[in-house]
Amino acid sequence: MGGSLIQLSATQLVEAMSSGETSAVDVATAHLDRIAEVDGTLHAFLHVDRDGALAAAESVDAKRKAGEVVGPLAGVPLALKDVFTTKGVPTTCGSRILEGWRPPYDATVTRRLKAAGVVVLGKTNMDEFAMGSSTENSAFGATRNPWDISRIPGGSSGGSSAAVASFQAPLAIGTDTGGSIRQPAAVTGIVGVKPTYGGVSRYGLVAFSSSLDQGGPFARNVLDAALLHEVMAGHDPLDATSIEAKTPPVVAAARGAMGDIAGLRIGVVKQLQGDGYQPEVHARFTEAVALLEQGGAEIHEISCPAFDYALPAYYLIAPSECSSNLARFDGMRYGLREGDDGQNGVEQVMAMTRAAGFGPEVKRRIMLGTYALSAGYYDAYYGQAQKVRTLIRRDFEAAFESVDALISPTTPTVAFSLGERVDDPVAMYKADLATLPSSLYGGPAMSLPIGLGEAGMPVGIQLMAAVQRDDLVYRVGAALEAQLLSQWGGQLLDQAPALAGAR
Amino acid sequence: MPSLKPDEVAHLARLARLDLTSDELQSYGAQLDVILSAVARVAEVAADDVPPTTHAVPVVNVTRPDVLRPGLTQEEALSGAPAVVDGRFRVPRILDEE
Repeated sequence: MGGSLIQLSATQLVEAMSSGETSAVDVATAHLDRIAEVDGTLHAFLHVDRDGALAAAESVDAKRKAGEVVGPLAGVPLALKDVFTTKGVPTTCGSRILEGWRPPYDATVTRRLKAAGVVVLGKTNMDEFAMGSSTENSAFGATRNPWDISRIPGGSSGGSSAAVASFQAPLAIGTDTGGSIRQPAAVTGIVGVKPTYGGVSRYGLVAFSSSLDQGGPFARNVLDAALLHEVMAGHDPLDATSIEAKTPPVVAAARGAMGDIAGLRIGVVKQLQGDGYQPEVHARFTEAVALLEQGGAEIHEISCPAFDYALPAYYLIAPSECSSNLARFDGMRYGLREGDDGQNGVEQVMAMTRAAGFGPEVKRRIMLGTYALSAGYYDAYYGQAQKVRTLIRRDFEAAFESVDALISPTTPTVAFSLGERVDDPVAMYKADLATLPSSLYGGPAMSLPIGLGEAGMPVGIQLMAAVQRDDLVYRVGAALEAQLLSQWGGQLLDQAPALAGAR
Repeated sequence: MPSLKPDEVAHLARLARLDLTSDELQSYGAQLDVILSAVARVAEVAADDVPPTTHAVPVVNVTRPDVLRPGLTQEEALSGAPAVVDGRFRVPRILDEE
C-alpha cells in the first residue's frame, strides 16, 4: 500500500482521498516512511515535521469526513524549501547564521499552503541563502541526485527536486533567482516552473536578490505543477512587488482547455545552444523540437543577441542585491551571535558573527556586491548590468512579437559530479547559462524532462513565455509531455535506476 | 582587467562587516579578480542611451488601505533574539572607548 501511494501523482492522490479509498493520514504516513527509508542517503530534508504533517493530514480527513469543501490539493504532501518562514518550525536557509531559528510568523506561501490543506512534510536543503547551483553550498551538507548519488541534484532548490524525484513527496516548492527551480528540475527529471516575477508573494521568502527571487512549484507532471502554482499564486498586499491581477489560467492550460499547440509559433533561441552544450543534451532538445513540430507548432529560429550578456549582468545584479539584503544578519535580533564577551563593540560582534555564520559562497557574493555598489565602480558594474537587463528585456519583447513561446535546453549539461565545480565559481555559474535571461526579463519559464543524456542522466527543455502568460508555458508543456509519455510508455522517472543505499 | 590590491580587499571586508582571516582575504581577492574579469563584459554592450531596468515587472505607487492589523507581540519579536534583558534586545556596546 505505502509503496503504491508514493508512486501516485498529486492529482491521483486527491482522487483516491476524495473517493475514500485512502486518507490524508495514510498518504502522509507513506511519504514519511519513504523519507525515513531513503533520506539518510539523499539528504533532501533539513527538517522533517512529522507531528505537524500528521496533524494537518488529520484535520483534512476530518473535513472530508464532515462533508466540507476542501481545496484541490487538500491532503497532498509537500516538501517546502527552507527559505520560506514557517511559524514555530526551523527555518535555516541552509545557513549556520540561522541554525535553530524558529520564525514567529508564516510566509504568505506557507499560509496559503496551510489554508489549502496541503500537508507540509518538512523543509528542504538548499545552497546557503539560495546562492548556488548544486546544494553543495549548504552549511548542513550536500543533497544527492536520486538518479546517481555521486552527482548533484541541482540548486539552489536541490533538496526540493531530490525529494520529488525520489518519491519522498509528490510536490515541492522552490525558489528561482537565476534558475534555481528550473535547473534542479532538469537534472533530476521532473517538472519545475518559475512563475512570472510578482506572481507569487515574496513575503516571508528570505530575500537573496529581491528583483529576481520568485517561488514556484516542482512536480512529477505538468498538471500537478499547475495545481500547486494556482494554490501559491495571487496578489498579496504584504509584498509591494506582487502583481495586482488574476493569476493566468495555468490549470486550464495544463488540462488542454486553452487548446493544443497546433498553430502556435515557437522560437528556438539561437544564443542558447552550441558552445558549452553537451551533444546528448542538444540531441534530446532537437528531438523535442521535432515533436513540437509534429504536434502542429510552427518552429522559428530567434536571435536574442543580448542573451550573451545575461551571465555577467546577473552576476553583478544578484550579488549587489544580496550584499544589501544580507546586511540584516547582524546577530542582534535573531540568529547567531559571536564574540559577545563584554569587551567587543557592536561592529566587531557583527563582523565576527557574519564571518562565523556565512559560508564561502555567501561571503564571496557579499564582497562582490559590495565592490560593484561602491563609489567609483557603481556606473561601470551595477549601472551597466541594469542597462544590459533592458537590452535582454527588449530582445524578449521583440521575440514575442513574432512567436508565442521561446525554447532552449534548460541546462548546458546533465548533472555534474559532487565536488567537480566547488573550487571554480565561474564554472559553477555557467550551470545557469540558459535560465538567466528569463530571470532578468521576469517572464514565466518551465523545465520539462525530455529524455536522457550523457551518463544516462535526465535532460530538460526550457519553455519561456511573455510576462503574465504563464498559461502558455503550461499549454506547451502539457502538449509536449503527452507526446513524450506515449513515446516512453510511462514517465521518465520510471527509467531511473533503483536508489542505491535505500532500505 | 580589474585587479584588487590586498588593502582594497580588506576595505571591502570591513564595509561588508566580515571579519575575515588573512588567508580568506587572499583567496577571496584572487577569486574576485577572476569573477570581475568575467563580468566586466557588461561594459561592452549597453550604450549611454539605454535606460536601466531595476525590476522585472515594475509597479508604481503601491499602497494598501490604512487598516490596522496586528504585528508581532513583544514575546514573538524577542523569541529568536541571541540576548534579551528586561523584555528588550540586549546588544554589545555601540561606542568605542576613545
